[in-house]
Amino acid sequence: MIPATPAALADALAGVGYLADDGLATAGHLAIKLGRPLFLEGDAGVGKTAFAQALASATGAHFVRLQCYEGLDAAQALYDWDFPRQILHLRTVEAAAAAAGDKPDTAALEASLYDRRFLIARPLLQALELSPCVLLVDEIDRADDEFEAFLLEILADAAITIPELGRIAAPTPPLTVLTSNRTREVHDALKRRCLYHWVEHPSFAQEVAIIRSRLPEVTERLAADVAGAVQRMRQLDLIKAPGVAEALDWTSALAALGARELDPDLAAATLGAVLKYREDGERVKAAAPWLA
Amino acid sequence: MSTDLTSVLVGFARTLRNAGVQATGERVEAMVAAVAALDVTRPEDAYWAGRLTLCGEPDDLPVYDAAFAAYFGGRAPARPPASVPARRRGAALFAQDDPDGGAAGSRDDDLAVAASPAEVLRRRDLAVLSAAERDEVRRLVALLAPATAARPSRRHRPAGAGAVDPPRTVRRMLRHLGEPARLARRERRDKPRRLVLLLDVSGSMAPYADSLLRFAHAAVRRRPARTEAFTLGTRLTRVTRALRHRDPDGALRAAGEAIPDWHGGTRLADSLKAFLDRWGQRGTARGAVVVLFSDGWERGDPALLAAQMARLSRLAHRVVWVNPHRGKPGYEPLVAGMAAALPYLDDFVAGHSLAALEDLVGVISRS
Repeated sequence: MIPATPAALADALAGVGYLADDGLATAGHLAIKLGRPLFLEGDAGVGKTAFAQALASATGAHFVRLQCYEGLDAAQALYDWDFPRQILHLRTVEAAAAAAGDKPDTAALEASLYDRRFLIARPLLQALELSPCVLLVDEIDRADDEFEAFLLEILADAAITIPELGRIAAPTPPLTVLTSNRTREVHDALKRRCLYHWVEHPSFAQEVAIIRSRLPEVTERLAADVAGAVQRMRQLDLIKAPGVAEALDWTSALAALGARELDPDLAAATLGAVLKYREDGERVKAAAPWLA
Repeated sequence: MSTDLTSVLVGFARTLRNAGVQATGERVEAMVAAVAALDVTRPEDAYWAGRLTLCGEPDDLPVYDAAFAAYFGGRAPARPPASVPARRRGAALFAQDDPDGGAAGSRDDDLAVAASPAEVLRRRDLAVLSAAERDEVRRLVALLAPATAARPSRRHRPAGAGAVDPPRTVRRMLRHLGEPARLARRERRDKPRRLVLLLDVSGSMAPYADSLLRFAHAAVRRRPARTEAFTLGTRLTRVTRALRHRDPDGALRAAGEAIPDWHGGTRLADSLKAFLDRWGQRGTARGAVVVLFSDGWERGDPALLAAQMARLSRLAHRVVWVNPHRGKPGYEPLVAGMAAALPYLDDFVAGHSLAALEDLVGVISRS
């Protein structure tokens, strides 16, 4: 049930509550069709992470997320042996052998220690074992650059080799989505293998549609008011311009207070849901008569 | 796919490469595959197929749009105005005139350097060097290796003493078939802090621009992955990539081509804001040692500069301001921009001579 055209993919995504524009739908379609990772950049809160989740639900694939951070290494990203359980197993076998009065077979015992059941699969290994699967490598720029080389190797082969167990290969390679906030430049070797897409803030009409689809309980008027206000805030040169995520938060905050439209008092009271810097709040209040 | 279409696409990629986008062979192959996969019937499909495969960073997008419009006759689909500032590489390039041509004329005496001991040269103001002295200073600046101090990272390494390392201890026990063995210990691995260099290349800094860019080159070469360099003038330009060149002269030439506002005016607050918005806040300045080379001449409102400096000082580990005038006797930070920035600085140093640059290396490595 893989959608055959970008438009069909956009429809499937809309079916799971994600409204993708032309570019993003084409990007997703090509990533599936060409089997290339998709590299997404864009301001925080434009829906990069949500896109990967929606892609998984729309194509009926598993979803595995690897959140990158500084110091991330293979034991946390790929696999790790469950040492305490191995020791427990060892002791149990020994105790059982002692009770039965015979000597444990050391070679067989050691082999049994490196069984698949003692292997803890971290996100990358999970993504290879669960198939089909959408693998989200979130905020790749936060990981160290050594990690990129390591990731590149796994993405290229869609397989890993564990010395004690052997090779584990994915029946179908995972569909990989990488996101970056550009805190540092990701290596060209990784980017070259990916499709690159810059995710824009949605247009007014799209944003209204997103709010209506995510929060069906709010009035159309409120959705339009919030979308309009957020669109104008983005023109204001703020420290942190609100993304779709903030627009949704703000709408739920307003709806929780029983608002049916955006009135100045409620807007001022809930501004903290959409603007996260004191300077931004002041600037919006100064520049926006529609809020004061 | 017909060979006609392929050659059209390859030609388009060449146009794009000439405009400064890194549309290399592998990317072109991907575009051809993408066009084939999309069964292109609408111009929008061709637009997206090319954009998704040939571009690699937001700066590429405006160039791509322009090239697409020019090559395929303006059939790029309308999309919301990009939130990405226009790329500078395609902008009119200013010829890089000799930064200290005027000042050097009066002292252009090659014999002077033969007689002057190294110590005198080290203390001489970089703005008034003769041609021979300049060559010598350039050689010595290239030998500087500014590097930041380390901080503990999240990764560990085995150590003789320290906290217990559970995985290694257990692995040791496994090797002895579960018998308790000696405890393995670990300590945190150190990692150098990021170094961010912001260079003012406006007219008033012109006599120092060459030496400071060379200093930046030395820093980028020392730790290419953990150093970032930007120039500030009327706008912000990232020159890290250009400065990664091995050869200092090649690196400076590349940087010169990338910088559109050599020796122009100064809008420090605006370009600093551009840095913080596009790079600093997202992480480049977080926990970093930020070194700003400027004389503090600010055309705009000093209050705006103070606001941006406050933001910078909240993000960065240390903020170092290098002002060449500080090395001159009787200097007081009276320039409005400098006075506004002072409260947010951790270090305020001179950097007007080779000796001062050596001191700066010390300041950077201490912080």
